Amino acid sequence: MAHILLRHRDIENIHELDVYLAHGGYEGLKKALSIQPDEVIEVVKKSGLRGRGGAGFPTGIKWGFIPKGPGEKYVIINTDESETGTFKDRELVEKNPHQVIEGALIAAYAIGARTIYNYFRGEYMDAAYRFEEALKACYERGLLGQNILGSDFSCDFYCHYGAGAYICGEETALINSLMGNLGQPWSKPPFPAIEGLYGKPTVVNNTETLANVPPILVNGPEWYTSMGTEKSPGVKIVCMSGHVERPGNYEVEMGVTYRQLIEMAGGMRNGRKFKALLPSGGSGPVITEEALDAPMTYEGLTPYGSVMGSSSVIVMDETTDMVWAALKMVHFFRHESCGKCTPCREGTFWMEKVLSRIYHGYGTERDLQILESVANQIGGRCLCALGDFAVNPVLSTIRHFFDEYKAKVSGAGQKQQATRETAVATAD
Amino acid sequence: MSDLVTVTIDGVEVTVPQGTLVVDAAKMIDNDIPVFCYHPKLKPVGMCRMCLVEIGVPMRDRATGEVLRNEDGSVRLNFGRGLQTACTVVVSDGMVVRTATQPVKDAREAVIEFLLTSHPLDCPICDKGGECPLQNLTMRYGRGESRFDFSNKILLDKHVPLGELIYLDRQRCIQCARCIRFQDEVVDDPVIDFHNRGRRLEIVTLSEPGFDSYWSGNTTDICPVGALTTADFRFGARPWELTSVASVCTHCPVGCNTTLDTRREAIAGGRSVIKRVMPRQNEWVNEIWICDKGRFVHHYADAPTRLKQPLVRKNGQLVEASWDEALDLVAGKLQQHKTAVAGLAGDRLSNEDLYLFQKLFREGLGSNNIDLANRRLAGGDVVAQVGLASGSNLKELGAGDAVLVVATDLHEEAPVWWLRVKQAAERGAVVVVANLRPTRLDKFATHRLHYAPGEALSTIRQLVNLAKVEMETADSDPLAAAADALIKAKNMVVFYGSEGLTYEETDALARLLANLLLVKNGEGHVGRPNNGLIPVWPHSNTQGAWDMGVHPAFAPGYKPVSEPGLRATDIYAGVADGSLKALFVIGADPVGDGLMADRGQLDFLVVQELFMTKTAELADVVLPAQSWAEREGTFTTGERRVQRYYMAIPPIGDSRPDWQILAQINERVGLGKPAFAASLVFNEIAKVVPQYKGMDYRSLARVEKQWPDVGGEDLYYGGTAHENRSGLGQQWACVAESATVERFDVAEQPVIARDGLQLVRVAALYTSGTLIEQSPVLHHRMARPTIQLAHADATALGLADDDRAEVTVNSVTYETAVRVNEQVPAGLVLLSGVPYIAGLTTAQIRKLETAVAQPTGD
Ligand SMILES: Cc1cc2nc3c(=O)[nH]c(=O)nc-3n(C[C@H](O)[C@H](O)[C@H](O)COP(=O)(O)O)c2cc1C
Ligand code: SF4
Ligand code: SF4
Ligand code: SF4
Ligand code: FES
Repeated sequence: MAHILLRHRDIENIHELDVYLAHGGYEGLKKALSIQPDEVIEVVKKSGLRGRGGAGFPTGIKWGFIPKGPGEKYVIINTDESETGTFKDRELVEKNPHQVIEGALIAAYAIGARTIYNYFRGEYMDAAYRFEEALKACYERGLLGQNILGSDFSCDFYCHYGAGAYICGEETALINSLMGNLGQPWSKPPFPAIEGLYGKPTVVNNTETLANVPPILVNGPEWYTSMGTEKSPGVKIVCMSGHVERPGNYEVEMGVTYRQLIEMAGGMRNGRKFKALLPSGGSGPVITEEALDAPMTYEGLTPYGSVMGSSSVIVMDETTDMVWAALKMVHFFRHESCGKCTPCREGTFWMEKVLSRIYHGYGTERDLQILESVANQIGGRCLCALGDFAVNPVLSTIRHFFDEYKAKVSGAGQKQQATRETAVATAD
Repeated sequence: MSDLVTVTIDGVEVTVPQGTLVVDAAKMIDNDIPVFCYHPKLKPVGMCRMCLVEIGVPMRDRATGEVLRNEDGSVRLNFGRGLQTACTVVVSDGMVVRTATQPVKDAREAVIEFLLTSHPLDCPICDKGGECPLQNLTMRYGRGESRFDFSNKILLDKHVPLGELIYLDRQRCIQCARCIRFQDEVVDDPVIDFHNRGRRLEIVTLSEPGFDSYWSGNTTDICPVGALTTADFRFGARPWELTSVASVCTHCPVGCNTTLDTRREAIAGGRSVIKRVMPRQNEWVNEIWICDKGRFVHHYADAPTRLKQPLVRKNGQLVEASWDEALDLVAGKLQQHKTAVAGLAGDRLSNEDLYLFQKLFREGLGSNNIDLANRRLAGGDVVAQVGLASGSNLKELGAGDAVLVVATDLHEEAPVWWLRVKQAAERGAVVVVANLRPTRLDKFATHRLHYAPGEALSTIRQLVNLAKVEMETADSDPLAAAADALIKAKNMVVFYGSEGLTYEETDALARLLANLLLVKNGEGHVGRPNNGLIPVWPHSNTQGAWDMGVHPAFAPGYKPVSEPGLRATDIYAGVADGSLKALFVIGADPVGDGLMADRGQLDFLVVQELFMTKTAELADVVLPAQSWAEREGTFTTGERRVQRYYMAIPPIGDSRPDWQILAQINERVGLGKPAFAASLVFNEIAKVVPQYKGMDYRSLARVEKQWPDVGGEDLYYGGTAHENRSGLGQQWACVAESATVERFDVAEQPVIARDGLQLVRVAALYTSGTLIEQSPVLHHRMARPTIQLAHADATALGLADDDRAEVTVNSVTYETAVRVNEQVPAGLVLLSGVPYIAGLTTAQIRKLETAVAQPTGD
């Protein structure tokens, strides 16, 4: 099947405007401009497209929240992509940039915005050069700027490069960062759709979400809903990493099972046995063998206490020390905590210290209790979702791999550092 | 839809205005939800997570909107997925809040436990210990024992100066951002911010000099831990050792309510001294804020240079004398020169002092030769007619109202008024500024009228003439647009000052502005709360001086005298030419201020003072007075609120309160037994001054419950500003509240043609003066003499930014810094950091070629 999102894999040089145009590029925008903005929103609603940034909020409904009428509005593309094991947006902006631009333009037209920002992960400089070239081509051909394609619709496009903070992928932190403020989220409400960038209504969409929009406009919502499942229609890019033979991005219809995904990625590396996987980078709870036949949809992992999220699948084989894995994740979240709210700022730090002590073989039963208790004191009590993310790897590994923790605190594990006190993770 | 909402909090129903936050609704029924980051004067941010509670809202049928009910008929509630922050959730009808359940208790305990994992717990040496929200809430909600068994909690700098006034202890900071938000939202000085992230989040200053704001001290009040401390109080005392005494700030006409926290000090020989000045809540005056001048200038009260003993000149030398000797001499000399005496007072004295001072002259000596030594601003008599009506609160001004601010820089002259006008603007009030040049208020103004030098009065006259009730739709003329906006306002408050104006010009200005207020439109803009005129007096009790009749033409209560006495300018002339023989100067330094060259041909000069001023050095008798902190009294603010202050520390040396010294002189000139308490003098004032009728020290001490709760048990909520237990004061009613006031006749001023660069002295909050000089903490911040002018004017004079210049005005020469500032209109030179200069003048300005090292202020 031809790719819908990763079209560059089928068509060489589609990042060049001419090539993109020769293959139906900007037809979605033309279609959109030929109908009323409200009708565009209606089409996207009907397609059932949901946010690919992780939370899965229905895209059309999000656009519909934007107040009608005059006044400044903004579209922001979220290319911060800093979740562990996530690399799908990078491929899109680098290899198929026009599809993202086109999607954003359609969004801007639909909500009445005249300005689009793309917030890049700062490390994506190479991808960004490609993307900026694409923008330049658009300006030269009247696809950006005044009276796009001869219509009344005018729109400008700016790129902004983050300075290396995972939290700046959270939409309100992203907006703060874009405005030159400290990259910290704010407590919602107000939601960006009402008070976003510079206090104006703003749509923040993931890069992949927007890349889905042009084909939906061209082929119609029914075409889109014919793929995937009823509640999770369409296609999705899955980032496969970890102990598989062929890590990388895979474009699939929603609803494939995790087992199929592993097969698609060439199966377990070196033929080792599967142990667990993280379905949503570091931020979702781990799942085990029992959940491998669950469909990859927004709801598929609910019975197993996990989520699809941004579908960044990190696969772990039998050799993986799960306490080590949890420590890795917690280290990441502690490092990325913005520090705005108490439980996440202090709790991630504490979790890392205790976990490190346990991992290094100096932990006790009491440490294990404290670890679980601290995790529970963070979960559900933070200002943004990062706090919950940080807890997921801990609580889910405790749930599924309690034995491994037990072994560590019973002294069976190897003592890995000199003293109990120094058995803490090095700060940064 | 009604604008009230009823919610149930722990079973108690409460009805509150729509938009109220859950945390505040709970507070109103004394249900204390603990908070750290929330502060009732700041926008909620939901950061600290201390206020988590269970919040349920009625479930409704999606289709019909009907409230769903359980089988037993009770409303079905949706409590959401978890706890919610009470500080960010707005009440809605039927909401049910639970604050005492196990999950809520657990959440509170957890937040405390988390905070303590990075807290140094140096309570035993922490300034906040004893009045610390973190300490108090830990005692109340903490688990009492730590599970964080690592010894390397956190190691961060503990003495980080954010400037010379405020120090940061990074370990103690709990990252609540109250300080950052206060500086940004409340006072628009966003000079501090967070840096870094996670546990490394730290407060940094973004300004040079550090923490460059007139409001910095307030952050130490609202900081919920001892992370922010003031340079002069840190490690100075424990809060529980302090005795708190209510007071009033003496530095500007706002009259902020303060508290003097005092303690007996070994280094002061066991005397009680002022350890710090804190704001005292008065929502009518200063809410819970004070400016840094009010907070830090108090050190003069303890200055070693204070006068301690009466001094009498013998053989050309001032030598110590007994009170009786000095007072006898003063009374005798004044009586001896009865026909050629005069009195000059300062306007920082209390009403009691000022009243007895004029009584000495009018009743004891039969003279009306009495005036303020340094009079700048006229119009007290106009204010008595159309001043801000009693019952006014600037906090109530908002959309539909208007504020006009003329010839003053409120931010420098009366900071809290600037704040209140700024906030009125933010609530939607029309703010019109009229001045020679832009000031900080311009940013918040809806209309900015910058008149040319010499055109202040003609501009305001035009504005008044344009302000007709039946205005045509506002045309493009900015003056007409401003007049239209003002006259159509529901309420109008007018501030006026003296920048660039002479005393006589301010008199005309006051009358013109009165006429603006008197333009009939609907209910009019006089005699109703939140309407009327506010003079931006130069000092804290200029209003009281007018009320008490320290004026050659008005006896107490604005009674015109039949034969007006000499005005200050005439008195200075009389001193020089010998027509005056005896002069009594109280609380003023005319020689130091350049108003009086020397003692001229006086036979007798008596000075009553705190310090050996330039004038005192020339005196025959120097009477040592007590500072405001050592005695009680009343001041009257520019909003005509009479406020009491109390005795906080024992007198220095043998000094006496001004009123008592005067009463003892009065006795000696035959005015009967002296009153033995300030309150009794006030009772006499209340009899003599009709405006003060019905007031006494008890009525002035009346308080009422104010919102929000601060101080005491509530310090985690509102900060350590003190609760007001000692009096909100009373505003006296102007004539327009009970009678019709006629328009004032204002003679047309001749427009004087002005050639060349015009120099105007502009105010700076920290300008050198008798009192501020005695407070070393502020020395780095003192306004140095500086001129500011536009680029073209500077170039014409051969000046560039950062040059030094020599500026001669009225035959006084200053060495100044030079700032080229495009905001300054062409043709104008702003001179700041020097004593007051009336009106516009010309000046000789010369570049100083020799590179002079910048004074560091040490
Ligand atoms: C800590 C955190 C990090 C996030 N990082 C990203 C990200 O890198 N990219 C992204 O698209 N969304 C990210 N999100 C989700 C965004 O907040 C937001 O929901 C999303 O951009 C909305 O776009 P969508 O509706 O198209 O998914 C993050 C959320 C959180 C809480
Ligand atoms: S949960 Fe963590 S990342 Fe999110 S606001 Fe709180 S401290 Fe910042
Ligand atoms: S210094 Fe104080 S007020 Fe400022 S963030 Fe830290 S704890 Fe809060
Ligand atoms: S605003 Fe005026 S009255 Fe208030 S503290 Fe400052 S100087 Fe004192
Ligand atoms: S989160 Fe509500 S008080 Fe801090």
